[in-house]
Amino acid sequence: MYKTSDGEEIFVIDAHIHLWDARPENQRNVHGAQFINCFHDYHSALSPPEYLWSAEKFQYYGPETLYEDLFVNGYDDMAVCQPTYLKDFYTNGFNTTEQNAELLKSYADRIILNGAFDPRDGEAGLEALEGLVETYGIQGVKLYTAEWRGDSKGYKLSDAWAKRYLEKAQSLGIKNIHVHKGPTILPLNRDAFDVADIDDAATDFPELNFIVDHVGLPRLDDFCWIAVQEPNVYGGLAVASAFVHARPRYFAEMMAELLFWVGEDRLLFASDYGIWQPKWLIEKFMTFEMPDDLKAETGVDLTMEGKRKILGLNAAKLYGVDIEAKKASLGSM
Amino acid sequence: MSASVKSLDPRRDEIWARLSTVSDPELDESVAAMGFVESIEISDSGEVRIGFRLPTFWCSPNFAFLMAHDMREAVGGLDWVRRAEIALTNHCNAEEINRGIGGNLNFAETFPGQTEAELDDLRATFRRKAYQGRQEKILRYLMAEGYTTERLADLTMGDLTSLVIADSKFETLRARYAEIRCEFGGPDASDDIAFTTPEGDAIDVNNFKQYLTVLRRVRINTQFNANMCKSLLDARYDSAGE
Repeated sequence: MYKTSDGEEIFVIDAHIHLWDARPENQRNVHGAQFINCFHDYHSALSPPEYLWSAEKFQYYGPETLYEDLFVNGYDDMAVCQPTYLKDFYTNGFNTTEQNAELLKSYADRIILNGAFDPRDGEAGLEALEGLVETYGIQGVKLYTAEWRGDSKGYKLSDAWAKRYLEKAQSLGIKNIHVHKGPTILPLNRDAFDVADIDDAATDFPELNFIVDHVGLPRLDDFCWIAVQEPNVYGGLAVASAFVHARPRYFAEMMAELLFWVGEDRLLFASDYGIWQPKWLIEKFMTFEMPDDLKAETGVDLTMEGKRKILGLNAAKLYGVDIEAKKASLGSM
Repeated sequence: MSASVKSLDPRRDEIWARLSTVSDPELDESVAAMGFVESIEISDSGEVRIGFRLPTFWCSPNFAFLMAHDMREAVGGLDWVRRAEIALTNHCNAEEINRGIGGNLNFAETFPGQTEAELDDLRATFRRKAYQGRQEKILRYLMAEGYTTERLADLTMGDLTSLVIADSKFETLRARYAEIRCEFGGPDASDDIAFTTPEGDAIDVNNFKQYLTVLRRVRINTQFNANMCKSLLDARYDSAGE
């Protein structure tokens, strides 16, 4: 819970967090080491200096540190835990649904556990998805379309098998599809960050919500265009919000674009913890004000009401969280 | 590379000048300015080796290939260069790309079975974004100087060329725009319109503001990426203080 200077309480749902294990003993090969190093570079590039972690702490921080950083110090009331399997890089996976489910043992009231699927798993994966819904009651999945799998360097949401998985997800009652775009997808001559397949999927599955991680970066322009056309496309602000500290002018320009094209009802705050910590992200986001020149030019502003929606109300709608009831139950503990 | 070569060899400056003409297609900034050139080695007999690094281990192999290819072409164009080798390091496809560029292979030959075409379409897509980005920068500059949208919509190449604004920033913006305009804006005789859509059509003055909004979105994205890449490169190679 964030409290403004006039005592107003703002309920925060952090739409994108991880509990990963990238320790050397879990790294399967050089890619495992390179992957966590790359994350650590993101962490180092955009965090304020007092929040920097050593490479060693960054490899594994564990459930207790996570709880402290998010819910004790970090203003988060709830957080959506997104899995990233990466079994080609990590022996037990990087942060699978099963690994993340550890958090439910102690913090079930605060964690929204998401699952994952990969269309390249064929029929067996469809059954596994059913299992995830039965075991954990997941309402959302995280898809990483650039994940390596044997000889494959990724897939598209418009692939025939991807459609079968989306159909299955919908029939199982899953509502929220978080999509992360990354490079090295095949065929290699195409733009690996192309978000056009999200457009196709959002049109074909109007009842599913597609939350595009990192607001489609580095294809923000294409993402905005798709979000204008498709009412069920949302933007997750992980990475984008981290710029509020290191490059505030760019953050302002980006937010102006997003508010203009996508609007305050379809943007979700996300820390991407452990890459960044919600404490400083939220403090800086709350004190941020849209510069006058951008307000004048784009006609948009980031108001207190907009901040409230982005920090929690929008995610509460997607995940069916009754905020007043939740506040009461968390407060009475 | 010996210290004497590093500090005194004029050939090094020639190579640097050539590398400064090679753009990262995605960012529309030169590989030299971005810090992607890690080292330059020159042998007495004119063999050149360029150390090439990128912000992440997974930067898209297609852009990496394009840059490596363009660097080899640019450096190889110097008459004293007998052989130009590009050595990409710390990248998931370094081996394939170095072998492909070294062996004069095209993209499909470098990545057999992993591509359906060469990179012309990709290059064209991002060249178009570069055109939009450069055009937006100079349009905004002129608007800040007091030019109205009516005046800008009518401005000819002759007008643009003869504009006198004592600011090196303007000179750079104008040169960068002029360089790319011929690829999109149609004929550039002095009485041709200076600012056209990427299709070469005049910009409707009634829709000028909306047109600018689209350009702005493209430019912000490109600049954002460039910032991200610079920050990541600094974090990866701890070169922030350089």
